[in-house]
Amino acid sequence: MENTQKNSLFSRFSNMDRENRSVVISYSMIVVLIIFCSIFITPNFASPTFLTQQLRIASFLGIIAAGQMAVILTGNIDLSIPWTLNLSAVVATSIMAGQDSNLPLGIAVALGVGLLVGLVNGIGVAYLRVPSMVLTLGVNAVLKGITVVYTGSAPQFQQTPELLSKAATEVLFGFLPISVIVWGVVSLIHYLVLSRSGLGRKTYAVGNNEIVAYLSGIKTPRVLIMVFMLSGVLNALAGLLLAGNAGRSFNEMGDPYMLPAIAAVVVGGTSILGGSGKYVGTIAGVIIVRLLDGALNIVQVPPAAKDITFGLVILVMLFLYGRGEKVRE
Amino acid sequence: MISTRPTNQIMPGFWRHILRHFRVGIAFIILFALLGITVSLNERFFTPPVITSTANQSMTLVFAGMAQTTVVITGGIDLSVGPIISLSNSLASSMFTEPDNPLNIIGVVMIVLVVASLAGLVNGLIVVYGRLQPIIVTLATASIYSGIALFLRPQPGGYVPDVYGDLLTRRVAQILPETLFGEEPTGIAAFFQSLLNHIPASVILLLVVLIVVWIPFRRSQLGMWVYAIGSNEGAAYMSGVNVKLAKISAYVLGGFFAGIAGLFLTAQTLSGDATTGTVFTLQSIAVVVLGGTSLFGGSGGIAGTIAGAVALRLIPTILFFARVNPLQQPLWEGVVILLAVAAGASRIFTVRSRLDTMR
Repeated sequence: MENTQKNSLFSRFSNMDRENRSVVISYSMIVVLIIFCSIFITPNFASPTFLTQQLRIASFLGIIAAGQMAVILTGNIDLSIPWTLNLSAVVATSIMAGQDSNLPLGIAVALGVGLLVGLVNGIGVAYLRVPSMVLTLGVNAVLKGITVVYTGSAPQFQQTPELLSKAATEVLFGFLPISVIVWGVVSLIHYLVLSRSGLGRKTYAVGNNEIVAYLSGIKTPRVLIMVFMLSGVLNALAGLLLAGNAGRSFNEMGDPYMLPAIAAVVVGGTSILGGSGKYVGTIAGVIIVRLLDGALNIVQVPPAAKDITFGLVILVMLFLYGRGEKVRE
Repeated sequence: MISTRPTNQIMPGFWRHILRHFRVGIAFIILFALLGITVSLNERFFTPPVITSTANQSMTLVFAGMAQTTVVITGGIDLSVGPIISLSNSLASSMFTEPDNPLNIIGVVMIVLVVASLAGLVNGLIVVYGRLQPIIVTLATASIYSGIALFLRPQPGGYVPDVYGDLLTRRVAQILPETLFGEEPTGIAAFFQSLLNHIPASVILLLVVLIVVWIPFRRSQLGMWVYAIGSNEGAAYMSGVNVKLAKISAYVLGGFFAGIAGLFLTAQTLSGDATTGTVFTLQSIAVVVLGGTSLFGGSGGIAGTIAGAVALRLIPTILFFARVNPLQQPLWEGVVILLAVAAGASRIFTVRSRLDTMR
């Protein structure tokens, strides 16, 4: 009796399509990581306090990865993450000047910067048809230049308002960090838009086959602009929280987030070619990337071993999700 | 070059030819324009020291761009170019021994080139036999290679012989024995001495690599296959192209070029640093696009990449001589890169139907 049930579970798993299977694999990976680390590294690994802290830190990456996931779903990529985030944070911090009362203005300006960058990226990709990898790379270079000019005259190490720092660091009731709530709200909206709305369906359609999507009457340029603006505004939001987390904004604060964000999206089972992937998988991808980092920090392995492990885990996950089709046409 | 663009089929031969080389041409036009500006701002540009320092500043990026080009031609992308440069640099700086010994230097160069090619081979094998997307595979291997570089060289430093640095970064006339031309050369000897005094050793290195490695590869069947699979992998397969072999060889060659970039960087900095190559990954992509190679594969080549790399390196020089506020330099650099790259890569200007602009 028990045997047949196992069989049916297994067959259900093997009958799943790639999208669902990768979600199952990625969440299993989280469980395996936690069990493995609490046995071999420290029993504290599974403690609520530790996991809460990890989730709090993961929320910054999670917000960035959400935007990146939408862009990757359309078959594009956003390499302007680091300096979109950086510029928004720097501009917002200097406008707020450490005053809680300026917080709404600062947030509005930061998100505005993010939206504007996304609009530029979107127009370049949708209408000028510049490959997104190249365009966002160039936009990133320009944003860096703007940030350097801007911080040259403004005090860049200015303190963030206390309220913003609280939003990024405070843990409510001992288990619910505010930044995780922000990530949760972003995730909920993101999930609903992708799986329940017309825009979500169009996003998948553009990623699957842009020509077919266009010929079936989807206004593909609008979809592209929307996803890039989404990515821009989420980068800005992450920039605000990261500034709050550090208590200040500073140049090159966004650099460590670009590749982990792409890695998280891919580890979460979204195809880099676009058109397939589930947002719940991306959340798992972010948590995996974060837990891996946290675990390697605890055992204090040299940075060398950390990089190597990180690369190997990405490769292993990719192989678990299955290889591509053979070229035969 | 094999091209499947519908635009090419409806155009007469001459225009097809022009269009095919149009993008590479843009790179050279930009290069010559920037060279003109540089010369007009700095009349001492054509003196041997300035030529040499310009060449040396560009050369690592030139080789990094060549590494990226071979992979991009297949329709792939290599995000591990920078880390392979770091790895080569770290490896070299850990293996040179004191006192200087020609055999040691040759051995180090050989080992670094083999290791870098192996790194490329690993990329190629995973991409081909794992049937995974190059961008993600090389993102993962980039992390691994950075780790190995950091393992070899946890702190910047190490020993690099001065003579090795001189050999690659000085002028040809400075490297040759002084007795070659006599005390005060006259006539033809004086001409050659002056000529060699104007040629940086790094340019000779580049020429040797092109003549010994790239041109034979490009002209071989393998080289043609690499372009063929970038143009249309399925069609190439159906026409009997050994897709696996061609793809893997492109990645190996990419690793090899990245190794040379690492070796040259080592000669330039005379020390090892496990993070020194990182910047070259994204810069190499920019240079490839600037050089007129399509990111979708199948077209372009090394010549444009070289022009693109030198052009990119001239920008800071021009901004310096134009007395632009140092604070604004990254901005203008970014604007020039964005405009050049976007104009070169934009597909809106060269197609007849908007469907052609979509993949």
